Amino acid sequence: MGLSKHYGVLSLIKREAIISLLKKGERADGRGLDEFREIKVETGLVGKAEGSALVKLGDTKVVAGVKASIGTPFPDTPDKGVQIVNAELIPVASPIFEAGPPGEDDIELARVIDRGLRSSGFIKLEELAIIPGKKVWTIFIDIYPLDHCGNLIDASGLAAVSATLTGHIFDVELKDEEVNVIEDSKKPIPLGSIPVFVTIAKIGDMLIVDPNYEEELVADSIITFSINDKDEICAIQKSRSGAFHFDEIIEAKKLALKASKKIRSFLRS
Amino acid sequence: MLFLPKLINEEGLRIDGRRPEEMRKFRIEAGVLKNADGSAYMEIGGTKVIVAVYGPREAHPKHIALPDKSVLRCRYSMLSFSVAERKSPSPSRREIELSKVIREALEPAIFLEEFPRTVIDVYAEVLEADGGTRTASITAASVALADAGIPLRDLVAAIAVGKVEGTLVVDLNGVEDQYGEGDMPVAMMPKLGLITLLQADGIFSSEELDKGLLMAKQAIYRVYEAQKKALKRRYLEIAKEVSGAE
Repeated sequence: MGLSKHYGVLSLIKREAIISLLKKGERADGRGLDEFREIKVETGLVGKAEGSALVKLGDTKVVAGVKASIGTPFPDTPDKGVQIVNAELIPVASPIFEAGPPGEDDIELARVIDRGLRSSGFIKLEELAIIPGKKVWTIFIDIYPLDHCGNLIDASGLAAVSATLTGHIFDVELKDEEVNVIEDSKKPIPLGSIPVFVTIAKIGDMLIVDPNYEEELVADSIITFSINDKDEICAIQKSRSGAFHFDEIIEAKKLALKASKKIRSFLRS
Repeated sequence: MLFLPKLINEEGLRIDGRRPEEMRKFRIEAGVLKNADGSAYMEIGGTKVIVAVYGPREAHPKHIALPDKSVLRCRYSMLSFSVAERKSPSPSRREIELSKVIREALEPAIFLEEFPRTVIDVYAEVLEADGGTRTASITAASVALADAGIPLRDLVAAIAVGKVEGTLVVDLNGVEDQYGEGDMPVAMMPKLGLITLLQADGIFSSEELDKGLLMAKQAIYRVYEAQKKALKRRYLEIAKEVSGAE
């Protein structure tokens, strides 16, 4: 029944400084309330992976890798490929992470990213069947935070998307029921709408985009929106033990839609 | 090939004959278990959930206790035979995630600071699953917490809104959940107007999200009334037991 690992502690003086700055509409790191930290993405850094990306969101660093292999489809979707997203909060990323079997935070992170990608139709699973009902491509997306300085969800989402965008599968040849992968062939993973993840933290009655680590510690609650390329919402997850007023949800959604543009324009470039 | 059912008919009615904003028949009962400090049962359509609450009680293991407030632990689990294909009894990733979001949906309602160094345990068991098990678990859990005499800021009531064939509908059943285009569970402390759980899976436009939240809110008020009635019935029972014992 693993409780969430401790979220860490923040001194009262820092907490109060963050809150009093926010009341003036300012953030400790000088950003606007609706502003992301600087984003940097490096792709293809792991040669053995079929796709990889290192995302830096301010000081937060997340690496994601894609592996593709041939497997069997799920019985209820015999003509579709399989997407498996996993995340592990490894201790290199923070003293509050412990080695061991995945806890609820690892699982929640993976499942939120998985839902965002899936609902958006990011990986065209229907184009990944090789022999329907028998052999399909399985795309594993594995996410590892390397430095947890706040907002792992958005960084993980961007890492997963970037690794897949630059990733590849292989050509195959069929001999009877045998599927042989042609190792030196490469073809892009069939992709649809690209999802963008935007997390909003609620501190007191203020809403801020892309909370850094200290802001996350002060936050009462956070909410993540995954947004597809038609500005539709394809996943939501409220997290932490706080609550949102009705209007705050609507306001957070507006903020998220607006902030998503920045990540989307970044992805285009 | 898979058979895809028609989820909305020509008259705009759903697969089980409901209108889009109509909930399934439901009932809530408080105090259904002898051993638990608080308990509740909820049935909504084909979904059946039972919740037991223990505590505030001594923390085991001791080191999880907090000096300034009680620790809420929550476990959502599905009985192996609650679904069509037998579910393995070991906790699935889904159950682990839901246990977390259910805990976070209940936590804002509880005066945890009243009971430092203790734990409050909430066990939600899904006896039968037909859509809306997490929302039924939250609804029943908050009644069970009240039944345990744990001071609450408000009850937490929950319902899911979804989208089937382009229509927003309240309280998805299992088939609608499986074949629909979207599912958005919402939990609220109705009197305080605070949303304590919000998830969404599937595609919702910005306007659909706003409208869906309003639809959820209306249904949640109905659930809230039923929660209060269940607790009042339970208090009358207790009053009778007490006066009968004299």
